[in-house]
Amino acid sequence: MKAWIAFWSILAKDLRAYYLKPPNISWGLIFPLAWTGMFFIRSGAGLDSIPALLPGVMAVSVLFGTTSLLSVTVTFEKRGRSFERLLLAPIPLELLMLAKTAGAILFGVANAFVPVVLAAFLADLSGVAWGWLIPAIVLIAVSSTFLGLFIAVSVSEVFEAQTFSNFFRFPMLFLCGLFFPIEQLPVWLRPLSYVLPLTYGADVLHGSIRGAGRLPLALDFGLLATFCVILFAVSLRNIRRKWIV
Amino acid sequence: MAADGKAAIEVHGLAKQFGEVQAVAGVDFDVREGELFGFLGPNGAGKTTTINILTGLARPDAGTIRIAGIDCSKNPKAAQHLMGIVPDESNLYPELTGLDNLCFCGALYGMVQREREVRACELLGTFGLADAADRKFATYSRGMKRRLTIAAGITHRPPILFLDEPTTGIDVASARQVRGLIADLSRGGTTIFLTTHYIEEAERLCRRIAFIVKGRIVRTDTVEDLMRQTDGRHVVQFAVSNGAAGLCEAIRGEFPNLQCQAVKDGVIRVESSEPVRVGPLVRLLEDRGAEVAEARKVRPSLEDVFVEVTGIEAGAMKQEKEKAKMGGGA
Repeated sequence: MKAWIAFWSILAKDLRAYYLKPPNISWGLIFPLAWTGMFFIRSGAGLDSIPALLPGVMAVSVLFGTTSLLSVTVTFEKRGRSFERLLLAPIPLELLMLAKTAGAILFGVANAFVPVVLAAFLADLSGVAWGWLIPAIVLIAVSSTFLGLFIAVSVSEVFEAQTFSNFFRFPMLFLCGLFFPIEQLPVWLRPLSYVLPLTYGADVLHGSIRGAGRLPLALDFGLLATFCVILFAVSLRNIRRKWIV
Repeated sequence: MAADGKAAIEVHGLAKQFGEVQAVAGVDFDVREGELFGFLGPNGAGKTTTINILTGLARPDAGTIRIAGIDCSKNPKAAQHLMGIVPDESNLYPELTGLDNLCFCGALYGMVQREREVRACELLGTFGLADAADRKFATYSRGMKRRLTIAAGITHRPPILFLDEPTTGIDVASARQVRGLIADLSRGGTTIFLTTHYIEEAERLCRRIAFIVKGRIVRTDTVEDLMRQTDGRHVVQFAVSNGAAGLCEAIRGEFPNLQCQAVKDGVIRVESSEPVRVGPLVRLLEDRGAEVAEARKVRPSLEDVFVEVTGIEAGAMKQEKEKAKMGGGA
């Protein structure tokens, strides 16, 4: 019970201090809008292209929203030593880091639905399998947030967090099948696609919005969940090794 | 300041190495319940490393730590519940108000909302920050930040409090206020582990003191027993107009049984195991062209004991630490 009081307080504090700040809310809105507009104009296919673009824009919004904010806020608190205060609190490290990442996960999920709300005015979304789409968005948000955590633990400066994030984000964006089918990639690049968590998230999104998934849903969800567990476990191990020296 | 027989902190054979540097080398001590225990040493002596290990921010290479009987290697989180920690830098959240910071710290220790709000208001009043309760921490002065950081350390009413350099880098009035608050906490029964490089602060506040140098404790004793070391020692300080260093050599040449030292510009300190006769010294100084403005008997201080035990000049230690602090170092 006491640990959960700490959990909710850390989450509420982060939401208030970081995620619900006007610049981040506007960034969370503008970023997906910009991506939607860019791909809409680029496709040249008019409103019919929206269902095809939606999975990519949703995933990009989640990926950038979560990794940017989490890696920056954790690095910022580590630099200011306020993170020490959390490490010294009598709560298990696992619960502490779940609390610390929960805000970014919620922020990522909220970001993903900005393009969905827009698309709902412009296209027919009645065929969308929401029962698959929503869990997929949540799992993409969790895996992206844990990737942000992994990045935050690997760097010590805020600018390093941004640079290192891009090292993962941009290759992932173009290799995960969101905008270009994996089959169209050079043969030597394809294996790389299958070690990226977003590949499986993108597959569920394509499947639930357009019925164009290539892998069985259970495999997609199972692998996404596995990536979440691995990224979280590696981040915790790195925190124990690097921050509790 | 009632320190009874039960140990609140027990440390045996504590060691920690960073690369080639042996930061802590087999440290042993214990702190009794309700005691205010001072941990004194120069920069890099191992004070902060010891605190980090005791509080769970660092892992020891060897040794055992018990906090209120709890083995920290087996159950660190249970031990952390009993501790309040005030780090050497104010590390609260700049974007939160003073009130919100204290409430947040209470929540980390499982205090329910009503309880932590009442406690936060009480502490803001005690620490003279009630008027600034709704101001963001970032806007506080250095002294206010320090006071709020101490308040944050005791929000959950810990029986054991770790204070790392609580008065470094703040103005004299704030430091005085902080010392008063520490004394009040000690009188209230809190066990306090205090690291400081202000020897006079430790002398005024602590019951027992450990001197740590290069990762080793060179002496642990009560302040009274440490001061007993200065019994039978006589110190006279002269304020002279010029040439203090040259004058010291002259004194040593003329009076070989006296120890003489130029403590700062224009101040000579003469020490002896016999009462110091001022007349001949003043005459000697005046013969050498110095104008003696003042000669006064000085009570030997804990600083003298520190210098004798550690071989480190206390003034140099203080300057070094202040410089590091102003430069943002710990």
